[in-house]
Amino acid sequence: MMRRYLWLFGLCFSSLSFAGDDSSRVTAKDLYLGEAFYYAMQGEYFDAITRLDTELGQFYRLDDPTLDPLHFQINYANFSVGDFELSYRMHQRAGRAIKAVLEGNVEQSVRNEAAYRLARIFVQKDDPRNALSTIEKITGNIPEKIRDDELFLRAQIYMLNGKFEEAVKILQGLQGAKKFEGFSTYNLGIALIQSGQEQRGFEQLDKAGQIKSDDEGTLAIKDKANLLLGNRLIAAGQPALAKQYLDRVRLTGPFSNKALLGSGWTDVALGKFDRALVPWSILLKRNPTDKAVQESMLGVPYAYAKLDLHGRAALLYGSALEHFGAELAKLDASIKSIREGSFLKALVRDELKQDKNWVVKLRELPESPETYYLLELMASNDFQESLQNYFDLDDLRKRLEAWDASIDAYEGIIRSRSEYYEAILPEVDKTFRAQDSQMRLRLEQRQALDDRLKIMLVAPRPDFLETADERVMRGNLRTLAEKYKNDPSASANDIRRRIKRLEGVLNWQIKTTYDKRLTEAYNHLHQLDSDVMRLRDIYRSFVRSRQAATQSYKGYDDQIRQLRNRVRDSKERVNILMARQGNMLDMMAINELDQRRNRLEEFQVQARFALSESYDRASKKQLEEGVQK
Amino acid sequence: MIGWLFCVWMAGSMAEEVSREQIKGLDEQVQDIKKDVLGISTELTQLEEKLIYPSNTQVSVFVTLVQGDKFRLDAVNIKIDGKDATHHIYTFKELEALRSGGVQRLYTGNIRTGAHTLDVSLIGKSTGNSDYLQSASYKFTKSVEPKLIEISMSGPDSSNQRIGFKD
Repeated sequence: MMRRYLWLFGLCFSSLSFAGDDSSRVTAKDLYLGEAFYYAMQGEYFDAITRLDTELGQFYRLDDPTLDPLHFQINYANFSVGDFELSYRMHQRAGRAIKAVLEGNVEQSVRNEAAYRLARIFVQKDDPRNALSTIEKITGNIPEKIRDDELFLRAQIYMLNGKFEEAVKILQGLQGAKKFEGFSTYNLGIALIQSGQEQRGFEQLDKAGQIKSDDEGTLAIKDKANLLLGNRLIAAGQPALAKQYLDRVRLTGPFSNKALLGSGWTDVALGKFDRALVPWSILLKRNPTDKAVQESMLGVPYAYAKLDLHGRAALLYGSALEHFGAELAKLDASIKSIREGSFLKALVRDELKQDKNWVVKLRELPESPETYYLLELMASNDFQESLQNYFDLDDLRKRLEAWDASIDAYEGIIRSRSEYYEAILPEVDKTFRAQDSQMRLRLEQRQALDDRLKIMLVAPRPDFLETADERVMRGNLRTLAEKYKNDPSASANDIRRRIKRLEGVLNWQIKTTYDKRLTEAYNHLHQLDSDVMRLRDIYRSFVRSRQAATQSYKGYDDQIRQLRNRVRDSKERVNILMARQGNMLDMMAINELDQRRNRLEEFQVQARFALSESYDRASKKQLEEGVQK
Repeated sequence: MIGWLFCVWMAGSMAEEVSREQIKGLDEQVQDIKKDVLGISTELTQLEEKLIYPSNTQVSVFVTLVQGDKFRLDAVNIKIDGKDATHHIYTFKELEALRSGGVQRLYTGNIRTGAHTLDVSLIGKSTGNSDYLQSASYKFTKSVEPKLIEISMSGPDSSNQRIGFKD
C-alpha cells in the first residue's frame, strides 16, 4: 500500500534493470559466462539465462570445480543470473542464486553485495518488508562499486516502509553523488514532505527543479519536480507561485503538455486570460489525442470569452466540437478494432521493436487506429508489465514451435546413426575382439621381457642375451658334440677339441659383451615402450570412438520423449496464457478508451453549452452595438 | 465551467477495471511458464551439445574485442583447415555487446583429433573511418576434450596484436 501511495506521490526509483545498472565493461574470465553477457547486453535475457544456467549446471557437476575458469567468478555468475532473471521479469526466481551466495561461506564484502542485490529484488517484487530485513543484514565492508547504489536503495526501502526520517538522513548524504543527480534531491524532497517537514521538502523539490544537466533522465526528473510543485501550489491556492514552477518545465519533455495546460490555468486563476492563451495556443498545435491538448480546445475559447471576444470564442467552440466528434469517431473505431483483435496484432509487429520509441511510433501507424489513444496507458507500469509478458509469451511460443522441429531433427539424426552403426558395429566389434586378444598377448610378452631383464640385473644370465646366430651356432656345436660323443677315433678327438674351443669362443664373446648386450636389450625394450604407448593411444581412441558411436544413438529415447511432452504441454500453457494476457491487454485498452470517450463526451456537452452561450453573448453584443450606432 | 475543467485536469489517474490481483496472478503464471521453458531450453542445449557436438570432436571459436578499442568490426570470416567454417556480419547491438566485454560464440563444429589450422579474417573501419582488413592464422591440436579457441581482436591503433589467439 505504501508503495502504491509513494508511486502516486512520485517517488523515483533508479533503474533496476541489468542494462541500466551496470554500464561499465564486464570482465568474464570464463568464455561461457562472457557469452551469457553477450546476450544479456543485447536484451536477450532468455538466451543469457539459458547459457548461464547450462554453464552453472555443468560447473556444479564437476568432480573438481576449482579446475574450471568459472570457479574464479562463481559468485559473479550467481549474481549475474539473478540480474538476468530480474531483467526477464522473473522476480520469483531471481533471488534463488543470490540467496545461495548469501548463505554460503563467503567473505563479508561478497555477502554484503549479495544482500544488496537480494534487497533490490525484493523491492522489484513489491515486498518492502523483506527488502528492509535483507538490506539491514549489510554490515562492515561494502564493495566500492555499489556503495552509493546501496545507500540509494536503502533510502528507497526506508521510504517504502514509512521510515522517512532515516531515508532523509541517507539522501542528505547522497546529494553530491553524480549518478543520482536529480533523483536523490527529488526523493529527499518527497521524504521530507512525508516526514512532516513540508517546507523543507518543497525547498528540495525546488532545488531538483533547477538542476542543470545534459542527461535526459535528470532533465525528466527536473520537469517532474517542477510539475509536482506547480500542482501542489495550485491546490494550495497559490497560482502565481505555481506558474513559475510550471513554466520551468521543458517544452519538449514528457511532462510539457501537462505543464502548459497547468500554466494556462494559473493565468486564468489570476484573471490574466490573455496570458493563458500563450501556453494553450502552443498546446492546440500538438497531438489531438492528448488529454491536455483536448482540454486546451475548451480552454482557449473560454479565455476568449472571458476577454469578451464571444464571436471568436463561439468559432473556437465550434471547432472544438468538430474535433471532439472526429476524435469520438476515432475512439469508436479503435474500440471496434481492438474487439476484432487488431490491437494485439499491431503490438507484435516485429518492425516496431527495432525502434526504441516504438510505443510513441504506434500512435503514428496509419493502419492501427486502435493504438492512437493508448500512449498514456502504455506508459503505465501495469500495462507495460502485461504487455511485456505478452511479448515474452509470444517469444516463448515461437521458441517452442522451433524446438518441436528441432526434436524431430534430433530423432532423425538418431535414427540415421542407429541404422548406420547397427549395420557396421557387429563386424567392427568382431575384428576388435581379435585385435584385442592379440594386443593383450603382445603386452604380456612385453611384460615378461621386462621382468626377465630386471631379474638379470641381479642374477646375470648371458645365455638369455645370445643373438639368433649365436643360438644357431651353439645348437650346431651341440649337435656335432652329440655326433662325435662316442667316436674313439683320433679325428673325432680333434673335432671334440675344436668344438670345445668354439664353445669357449662363443661363451667368451657373450660374457665379455654381456653389459653391452643388457644395455641394448633395455634400449630395445624402451623403443618397444613407445610403440606400446602408441598402441595404447590407438586402443583408447578406438574405445572412446566405440563408446561415442553407441552414445550417439542409444539412451536418448526417454529424454526425447519427455522433452517432446514438456514442449507440447508448455505450448498449450503458453497459448492459454497468451489468450488470457491478450484479453487482459484488450480489456485495459478498452477501459482506457471508454474513459477517454466519456471524457470527450463530457467535453462535447460543455462545448455545446459554452458555444450557445458565446453565440448568445456575441449576438447580444452585436445587437447592442447596432442599437448604439 | 472553470471549476469542472480544473477538476478534470487535476484528476489524472487511470480507472483500473482490471484489478491488480488479476494482473499479479497472471504475471505469476507467466513467470512459472518462463521457468519451465527455460528448463526445457537448458536441457535441449545440453542434448544438442551431446548429440551434435560431442566433446571428443567439439571445437568452439569465441570472439572478444580488446578492452577500450573503438574500431568498428563489420564482419568476420573463419576457415578451419582451409574450408569455410562460418562468417558473421555484426549488428550495432552485437558490436556494442562485444565492446562492453561480451563474448560471442562464433562457431561450434566437429573436427577429428590431431593438428588443425584456423584462418581468421576481419573487415571493419578504423576510428578515422578508413577501411581496416586483417587476417591471421593459428595452428592448434584437437585432443579428446572440447577445444575452445578465443580470438581477440583489436583495431589499427591498438598496441596489441591485431588478431590474437588463446586456447
